[in-house]
Amino acid sequence: MSTLEIKDLHVSIDTEQGTKEILKGVSLTIKTGETHAIMGPNGSGKSTLASTIAGHPRYNVTGGTITLDGEDVLAMSVDERARAGLFLAMQYPVEVPGVSMTNFLRTAKTAIDGEAPSLRHWTKDVKAAMAQLRIDADFTQRNVNEGFSGGEKKRVEILQLELFKPRFAILDETDSGLDVDALKVVSEGVNRAHAEGNMGTLLITHYTRILRYIKPDFVHVFVDGQVVEEGGPELADRLEEEGYDRYAKGAGAASIAAAAAAAQA
Amino acid sequence: MTEITTEKARIGAPSAQPFINGFTEEGESLSPINSTESKAPLAGASAKSHSHGGGVGIPDSSRAGRLTSYNLADFKPLTGMEEDWRFTPLKRLRGLHTDALTGTAPEVLVTAPLGVLVETVDRNDNRIGSAAIPEDRVSANAWENFTEATVITVPAEAQVADEISVLITGQGTEASAQHIVIEAKKFSKAVVVLDHQGTAVVSQNVEILVGDGADLTVISLQEWHDDSVHASSQQAKLGRDAKFKHIVVSLGGDLVRMTPSARFTATGAEVELLGLYFADAGQHLEQRLFVDHSVANCKSNVLYKGALQGKNAHTVWVGDVLIRKEAEGTDTYEANRNLVLTDGARADSVPNLEIETGLIEGAGHASATGRFDDEHLFYLMARGISEEVARRLVVRGFLNEIIQKIKVPALEERLTAAVERELAATNN
Ligand SMILES: Nc1ncnc2c1ncn2[C@@H]1O[C@H](COP(=O)(O)OP(=O)(O)OP(=O)(O)O)[C@@H](O)[C@H]1O
Ligand SMILES: [Mg+2]
Repeated sequence: MSTLEIKDLHVSIDTEQGTKEILKGVSLTIKTGETHAIMGPNGSGKSTLASTIAGHPRYNVTGGTITLDGEDVLAMSVDERARAGLFLAMQYPVEVPGVSMTNFLRTAKTAIDGEAPSLRHWTKDVKAAMAQLRIDADFTQRNVNEGFSGGEKKRVEILQLELFKPRFAILDETDSGLDVDALKVVSEGVNRAHAEGNMGTLLITHYTRILRYIKPDFVHVFVDGQVVEEGGPELADRLEEEGYDRYAKGAGAASIAAAAAAAQA
Repeated sequence: MTEITTEKARIGAPSAQPFINGFTEEGESLSPINSTESKAPLAGASAKSHSHGGGVGIPDSSRAGRLTSYNLADFKPLTGMEEDWRFTPLKRLRGLHTDALTGTAPEVLVTAPLGVLVETVDRNDNRIGSAAIPEDRVSANAWENFTEATVITVPAEAQVADEISVLITGQGTEASAQHIVIEAKKFSKAVVVLDHQGTAVVSQNVEILVGDGADLTVISLQEWHDDSVHASSQQAKLGRDAKFKHIVVSLGGDLVRMTPSARFTATGAEVELLGLYFADAGQHLEQRLFVDHSVANCKSNVLYKGALQGKNAHTVWVGDVLIRKEAEGTDTYEANRNLVLTDGARADSVPNLEIETGLIEGAGHASATGRFDDEHLFYLMARGISEEVARRLVVRGFLNEIIQKIKVPALEERLTAAVERELAATNN
């Protein structure tokens, strides 16, 4: 069993107007087999958290730690993190010119496993995984994400999740931009990966819709760079009804907690 | 004169490749994510120019008006301000434009299958001048100074399966002149590889005659040592229903300036001009091509792809395609794509399509310069791929499109290896 631990994480970015703090002390612990949903309004810092875990160079960690089974993730390069078992399904997957999907998938698999996959099995695995995600076979010939529709890009992210078998998967709004059928297909993919029993999932989403297909064990509400409320799956239902309005931006976690307590009284 | 937009024209150009996303036509673009202040824009953006036709009142800018002559004296000394020299660092030409080219010409060693005729002739041979007239001063200087020429003849109807290898080995840095004539007689088929090696400072004229119904491929491979300077005018004249494929591969040399051209003399001919170049720090690799559609119903297709890495790596691509009034039924498409791998490298890309008749099948052009940026790198690295491998993956994929079209297996392997070496060489 593995643990991904985020402790009091502070992250800022450099903008034209100067340094901007986006994450203001985030703590989160995810264990193998668990699914955590992070929900929050636009601009609250969800993607920032995801990208920081993956090691995107734009984000500067100004405080706090991220560890994977005690190992300092922040000290690792982007590719080392991936090889250590972290996988980020991106909100906006990048189109990479000149590199075919076939070539990309095989190269990545080889890098992650430390050895080339047996060609025969690999081709079969890729084909099967693609079929399950309803991705056309001819996608392997195309360049990575090039000209893929929004939904196709998301499926291809999940394809990678299934093929690379990470220890921790961070899914950044994998559900957005998907129609109901695609949402089901993608959710099944995540559930299959999860069912193998060796993966923890951090599911970032804006909507509760996907939580009908992927059941979270924990729900964290993210507002203005902080976790303002945490609970079980029932918290998602409440968000569905009430939205984020009651977590007024700028309100600290403490005052929200107080408000929540007052509401219950 | 008809203006044909690239979009429309692409419909008539089945060979058009889909564009690299994140790249735009007509110039360079940066990944949107990467366009923050800290990233310097690609050099070359400001130098981008672009024209459809010469335009009224500026006849000079039409390719049709370019001076051609066998006499050096007809060409004025270069200042660097000339349209066709404006990108070339004249100082690094090492006298090719100013001096008498009396140095020892690169040695020519032809290995040809049986049946192919290889001759060394003097400058009075009547085949000299049959396909080309110098179009610039450096080419005319070579014409004035060469002492003997190599003439390679593929006899009529000969089908030569193995490639004709022409190993051209530089003999040092004294400015020299070279002349080669390649003739594929009617209905013959052959592949000629001009393989440039060693150290040379040379201006070269290569005349290429493709007879009626002949099918000729000429590959000019520049793997010079770093101190070499090479200017090469490679002019082809095509007969009726002739097929000509020309491939430039420029990898080595301090300054390499290739000026391939194709001229049609009768209908039904097809030309494919391909190019691959990889410029490292400090290298200047220039290619200026010209396709002259002066007769009806001919086809041309141009694709050049270049990669650049390292400080002051500079590439230039200028594609002149002229569709004259009488060239009805022409079908043409030209494209140049550049991939800039590091800061400090500069790619200039200028497609010039002049169309003097509206009665054509299709005409299009595209130019795109993109950079391998941090977002591409992040995506690949986030999948466990190391930075070095990621870079390699992208460049290999990008250049492979050209390598695959060479269709000479031994050469494909060699070029793949050469590209790998280029990538390994500069650890930018
Ligand atoms: N490059 C940047 N320059 C300026 N501001 C940025 C930049 N990147 C992120 N931000 C800001 O950081 C904040 C958090 O952004 P982030 O993308 O993490 O939010 P999010 O919760 O993922 O939002 P969404 O639901 O829209 O995906 C936002 O206010 C955003 O505008
Ligand atoms: Mg986001």
